[in-house]
Amino acid sequence: MLRIEKRPVESRLMGYLSPVLAAVLTLVSGALLFLLLGQSPAEGLHAFFIMPVSDLYGLSELGVKAAPILLCAMGLAVCYRAKVWNIGAEGQLLFGALIGSWAALQFLHTESAWALPLVLLAGALGGMFWGLIPALLRTHFNTNEILTTIMLNYIALNVLLYGVHGPLKDPEGYNFPESALFSDSTLLPTLLEGTRVHIGVLFALLAVAVVWVLLSRTFIGFQIRVLGLDARAAHYAGYHEKRLVIFVLLLCGGLAGLAGVLEVTGPIGQLVPQVSPGYGYAAIIVAFLGRLHPLGILLASLLMALVYMGGEMVQIELGLPQALTGLFQGMLLLYLLACDFLIHYRVRWGDRAAVTKSAATASQGA
Amino acid sequence: MTTAQPQPRLSLRNISKRFPGVLANDRVCLNLYPGEIHAMLGENGAGKSTLMKMIYGVMKPDEGEILWQGLPVDIAEPAQARALGIGMVFQHFALFETLSVTENIALSLPAREARDLKALGRRIREVSERYGMALEPDRLVHSLSIGARQRVEIVRCLIQDIKLLILDEPTSVLTPQEVEGLFQTLKQLAAEGCCILFISHKLNEVRALCHNATILRGGRVTGECKPAEESAQSIARMMVGEDTPISTTYEKRQGGDDFLVVRNLSLDSPDPFGTRLKNINLRVRKGEIVGIAGVAGNGQDELLAALSGERLAEEAGQISMPAGRIALLPPLQRRNQGLAFVPEERLGRGAVPDMSLEENGLLTAFGAGLVKNGFVNWGKTRAFARSIVDDFRVKCAGIGATAQSLSGGNLQKFIIGREIRQNPSLLLAAHPTWGVDIGAAVAIHKALIELRDAGTAILIVSEDIDELFQISDRICAICHGELSPLKAVRDTSIDEVGQWMAGHFDDGAERENAHAQD
Repeated sequence: MLRIEKRPVESRLMGYLSPVLAAVLTLVSGALLFLLLGQSPAEGLHAFFIMPVSDLYGLSELGVKAAPILLCAMGLAVCYRAKVWNIGAEGQLLFGALIGSWAALQFLHTESAWALPLVLLAGALGGMFWGLIPALLRTHFNTNEILTTIMLNYIALNVLLYGVHGPLKDPEGYNFPESALFSDSTLLPTLLEGTRVHIGVLFALLAVAVVWVLLSRTFIGFQIRVLGLDARAAHYAGYHEKRLVIFVLLLCGGLAGLAGVLEVTGPIGQLVPQVSPGYGYAAIIVAFLGRLHPLGILLASLLMALVYMGGEMVQIELGLPQALTGLFQGMLLLYLLACDFLIHYRVRWGDRAAVTKSAATASQGA
Repeated sequence: MTTAQPQPRLSLRNISKRFPGVLANDRVCLNLYPGEIHAMLGENGAGKSTLMKMIYGVMKPDEGEILWQGLPVDIAEPAQARALGIGMVFQHFALFETLSVTENIALSLPAREARDLKALGRRIREVSERYGMALEPDRLVHSLSIGARQRVEIVRCLIQDIKLLILDEPTSVLTPQEVEGLFQTLKQLAAEGCCILFISHKLNEVRALCHNATILRGGRVTGECKPAEESAQSIARMMVGEDTPISTTYEKRQGGDDFLVVRNLSLDSPDPFGTRLKNINLRVRKGEIVGIAGVAGNGQDELLAALSGERLAEEAGQISMPAGRIALLPPLQRRNQGLAFVPEERLGRGAVPDMSLEENGLLTAFGAGLVKNGFVNWGKTRAFARSIVDDFRVKCAGIGATAQSLSGGNLQKFIIGREIRQNPSLLLAAHPTWGVDIGAAVAIHKALIELRDAGTAILIVSEDIDELFQISDRICAICHGELSPLKAVRDTSIDEVGQWMAGHFDDGAERENAHAQD
């Protein structure tokens, strides 16, 4: 008989294996899905996962898509390590894009080398401001940051829409909801001739290194981890919970805001209503898929970028709806959560289960 | 007196129980006869609790047989044990605070008996009167004292036809006077033919109460004795083996200048079931140990939280140290002024369960040169953790082991070591040796005494009066959030402190409200 029992200690192996298993299950389900849609599964998966990255341009596009996801996910990972459930990277990204765009529009007629850094800084500050709001709401009014950050996502989107339909709209743009094209001085340099891959990728990699050092080497990173694992111990040791909450939300807001401004000054080149195809939400999945570890998140962000590209590719190649992207993202998260169950529980066959079960509970009691 | 009877009520034959990496019970044999009060003695981890859980059906033995009134039985679950007439009172009560006594008891009964709460209430009153355990069936449990809650647990067992009652460290939460009352009840029960299995660390109590004792060490029965014929020393010797020091007397000290001064501290508890501190006045001198006795839940946690800074007082001057008034300062600033604190909960407050010992060392000792320019010096941090593990003989798989993988006693040694190693000027310690075995307790006591002799002011809160008398220089008690007079240990007696614990502060005159909740 099949039985489920609690493990005496959580399995580290399953901790690493669970994302891999989730990815495999997503592929299998994807294959079934293609079959049901009347396509060859092999062809579908090939179009989804292989074709997008089969040439240099494809690979460069992977970097373009992965960079904003990675930046958001690194910030979110720091929040989640502190058990601050920030769902607001999307809003922080959008607000960063908005403020960055506003700054860029001030530099339409300048050649100054300072223009771009200032624009990027403005974007990061915009994101930080958007992260500071839920932080202060939580530290001063005890609000739940899950709710406030989600709500702020919609507010940020609507503020951005207002900007692009109103004050930031290009006066010579035939009333399209778009800003003017940014001047060259505020556009990101590309890394490879003929591709869209820009120096934002380097910022993202730098963020990976910085967060890694922050979490593993610095005392504030240690305090963040203690707060997340055991808030009472953090309180006992005298760590300032409020300051840590503000810090992680500022950090995440800054990184997400940077991601936003990198989008508008990089691949897009102006402010448009659709700055982000949900990068801030995808980053939540990425952060957990990567086990909140910088290296894992790096890999997971590449996978997620591939899912975005795959969705576009099957639309072009097989004429399937782009909603497949969301479907694949959803499956990935669902399977991950399901597989994480195996970190704390195991499945057993046969009668011996009864005996080992009691042993497990006993060793916990001992 | 009992061995003459032919058939034991319960007999264990070669019971063995194995957990991953440890043999918790190794061919344990035990016979219990009707009317016998039998003590189960042994250090933490000796296998007592495992054995009791097998008798009560919480777990099953790997090998061996359990015979109940001569017949082999397979006790699969506690309900079956209760049906046989076996009852168990756990150390940590399982009562719902927002339900009444009757409702709590009804929850453990078969559905058909639990249906008529009125009749049950009458039976509860009957049973409690018969055994001299005052209990109001309609009272809500949260309004009961700890002693009364324990009586609920016991009555819950007695309400069914009980043949064997297992008590796991029942006296650790009681005042000396309450212990007397409990013993009367147990003796009466035994006289009526009930078997009692009594687990305790307090050897004097075992000597006063139990007919026979079985001693476990490392999962094996290492001795049997009649406690009344032995001394506490000789029983302790059997428990720990030949090579562990078991007790020492320490010289009492006067102490120097006042270090910690608490003035008129009154503070509400944020917890609706917590205790309000009432006008606490206390001085702890450099180089002395002040002990605070008291039954758990009388304001100890609230007092320590106010002193450590986890909860801020109302006025800055209510608590002061030589560097200034601290009652409004957060914990970190108090630590910077030389405060160290060993909290009551080891896991989940004193240590982060999922973190390694190395990281748990850093938790509070970051000020001891382990952090430079915001970066953790992991080399030094590891060395710090390793020195605690070595010096305090913390048994662990290495400093990479998680805090939750350690036994309670070993983790306690680590936490105390961590706090002592920071050379505090003031050490607050809650229940420093609670659940710690004798050898480790001696090591902890020695470390505290050394710290005192080096000039540190030490405040210890404990429920173990014997321990407080052994290591404190001055002692007082806390009851319902009020502090008794503080006296030099040599000028008082266990009896007087017992009176204080019950709220009788002024020469036996009962304080107003002191027993209002009883």
